[in-house]
Amino acid sequence: MNQASNASGPSGISTLWIALRAGIVFILICGIVYPLATTGIAQAIMPHQANGSLVKDAEGHVVGSALIGQNFADPKYFQGRVSSISYQAEASGSNNYGPSNPELLNRTQASIDAWKAANPDVPVDRVPISLLTNSASGLDPHISPESAQVQIPRISKLTGISPEQLGQLVDAHTAGRDLGVFGEPRVNVLELNLALRALLAK
Amino acid sequence: MGILQLVLVLAVLVLLVKPLGTYVYHVFSNEPNRMDRVFGPVERGIYRLIGLKRRDGMTWKRYALSFLLTNIVLVALSYLILRLQSLLPLNPNKIGGMEQTLTFNTVISFITNTNLQHYSGETGLSYFSQMAVIIMMMFTSAATGFSVAIAFVRGLTSRGRTIGNFFEDFVKAHTRIFLPFATVITLILVALNVPLTLDPTLTVTTLEGAAQHIAIGPVAALESIKHLGTNGGGFFGVNSAHPFENPNPLTNVIEMLSMWALPASLPYVYGKFANNKKQGWVVFGAMMTLFLAFLTLTYTSELRGNPALNALGMDASQGSMEGKEVRFGIAQSALFTTVTTAATTGSVNNMHDTLTPLGGLAPLAEMMLNCVFGGKGVGLVNMLMYAILAVFLAGLMVGRTPEFLGRKIEPREMKLIAVAILAHPFIILVPTAIALMTDAGRAGVTNPGFHGISQALYEMTSSAANNGSGFEGLADNTPFWNISTGIVMLLGRYISMIAMLAVAGSLVRKSWVPETVGTFRTDNVLFWGILIGTVLIIGALTFLPAIVLGPVAEHLTLR
Repeated sequence: MNQASNASGPSGISTLWIALRAGIVFILICGIVYPLATTGIAQAIMPHQANGSLVKDAEGHVVGSALIGQNFADPKYFQGRVSSISYQAEASGSNNYGPSNPELLNRTQASIDAWKAANPDVPVDRVPISLLTNSASGLDPHISPESAQVQIPRISKLTGISPEQLGQLVDAHTAGRDLGVFGEPRVNVLELNLALRALLAK
Repeated sequence: MGILQLVLVLAVLVLLVKPLGTYVYHVFSNEPNRMDRVFGPVERGIYRLIGLKRRDGMTWKRYALSFLLTNIVLVALSYLILRLQSLLPLNPNKIGGMEQTLTFNTVISFITNTNLQHYSGETGLSYFSQMAVIIMMMFTSAATGFSVAIAFVRGLTSRGRTIGNFFEDFVKAHTRIFLPFATVITLILVALNVPLTLDPTLTVTTLEGAAQHIAIGPVAALESIKHLGTNGGGFFGVNSAHPFENPNPLTNVIEMLSMWALPASLPYVYGKFANNKKQGWVVFGAMMTLFLAFLTLTYTSELRGNPALNALGMDASQGSMEGKEVRFGIAQSALFTTVTTAATTGSVNNMHDTLTPLGGLAPLAEMMLNCVFGGKGVGLVNMLMYAILAVFLAGLMVGRTPEFLGRKIEPREMKLIAVAILAHPFIILVPTAIALMTDAGRAGVTNPGFHGISQALYEMTSSAANNGSGFEGLADNTPFWNISTGIVMLLGRYISMIAMLAVAGSLVRKSWVPETVGTFRTDNVLFWGILIGTVLIIGALTFLPAIVLGPVAEHLTLR
């Protein structure tokens, strides 16, 4: 590093010239070369992940992405969390009700009433709060293992599959914490329902 | 298990500080080192391309002019790209040009490292804009901030030499830090399921036979630099809460460490430059103490949950799960919230608007203080500003001329620091008041009562602190909010940067005062305490009334 000198420094015009060229060069490097190069590498060596972790059914049809939740209206299926955008994944988001917003209480009360109507055997104080509240993305693909278990009596009654068998299905699709520590145990609703559908088809 | 997760991430961070800090020091110390052989040829190529023939040290004015001109060029080109994106390539989803005030807001938001987003990525930007504007500015704004912070540290620590050459610092920040780190982290994220493709939105037939359209794109390439550069702008509207941006707790941990490790290692870099590592650790310790206090507040409030919601009778043992994702739960969400507002990144993995009042107070307060780790360089600069103020206050109390790192602190420096410290609350509180008093401002507020005040206050604080997270319920894509937050972001970024460069330029010329027994030491536990005290007193004096009107009032009335 040299001494700073006012006298022999470059002029303002030449600084502008360098800034202009730097702007163009860095748009090319950071905005074009870097994203295209990493995309190329990722597509070459990890195409499944790079293309959105798509899930196929037994016949090989793509039925969704393992990372993106779906709407399950049919009560025979396990249901996911509340989504103010009905799992329409061309966008994402929620209504962002603040904790003191009366709309939050109204919406949750409606979910509770719907729960009571569809699941007369399971009292609402056994239902985890996450199942009846809106996720952040509106696309949460997971529910907690308890949220799956409380749905078993309803699904058993509607499908005739025994609660034990459904319990095993939930256990088989329960993922633990990452590395045994990070995050929370969870069940992927799409994959669980895919297995349930296969069981129903038998 | 919750607390263990937090402790583990903190432990990894602390272990990263020394190796990363040492690396960053060698990048900017401008002394020959081993890495020159790898990066030297690339850098010489770039110097030639941009026409940089000599890399002399600059005066602070030249340094400021250089970074401002570079930023202006990038803003102008980006403005054109966004307005004309419908005519440009890589637009498979046929997205139209962006509206004027929204474009104004967006380019300022990204060049100032704020990444406040009034658009939604999946519907508002073509892939070309995501790459050539958003990803590009995530690199360049981070490199700008980093360079200015290093120049400031040089000004404080180098005896009678210069604060460096902006263009050299700017290029090296890219070649030796951001580009290689971003490439590696991008590929790790893809391995952990973050997509990276140029394919248009997917259409699938769901299990129930309905059509589902799934927005996708070059997500991973943006995700890595978004965090490394403490930028925070998401590819999708819901940012890192979107399962494509942040599909599992492991990616969550990687994203948190990416945004946190560089700012956390900067105090160590400062200690190396000052030739007194204890100086660096005192600053780090003060930041970490404040951080832990805020983390505790958010974690416990979210775990306790929302009393109004819990009263409805569900099993509420999970905590406040409204606006959070199941895979993260309370621990990973609370930590992410505290890190992203400390490091002024502004990405979110849960909706801050839905946090409990006290859980939302912590991120708000971190942005108001703006010196708990802080974004690319800015946090360290702000904390050192408070350090000089602390020395000044302590000096007044014992009646001595204050000195910092062997240099006398005199009226010129104190005036500049006062400007920088007072500007921050001014550009938060005045615009918030205007927003709440005008119809155009109030039109954006979507929650009734005290929470509505918090929404407006949070938006302005986030803009001023160049954070970019939001209480996202705010309907902020209106001319009023686009223009007002655009101006706040500009002032928030450049006033303090220029003032601090001026301080550095003034200190670097001063003769060095030898240390004596009577010198007030700034590398011990006493100074750690005085520093935290100064930060909290200034913060409380300026922001307490606003906080009482928003989150505190909401907390007290929520039942």
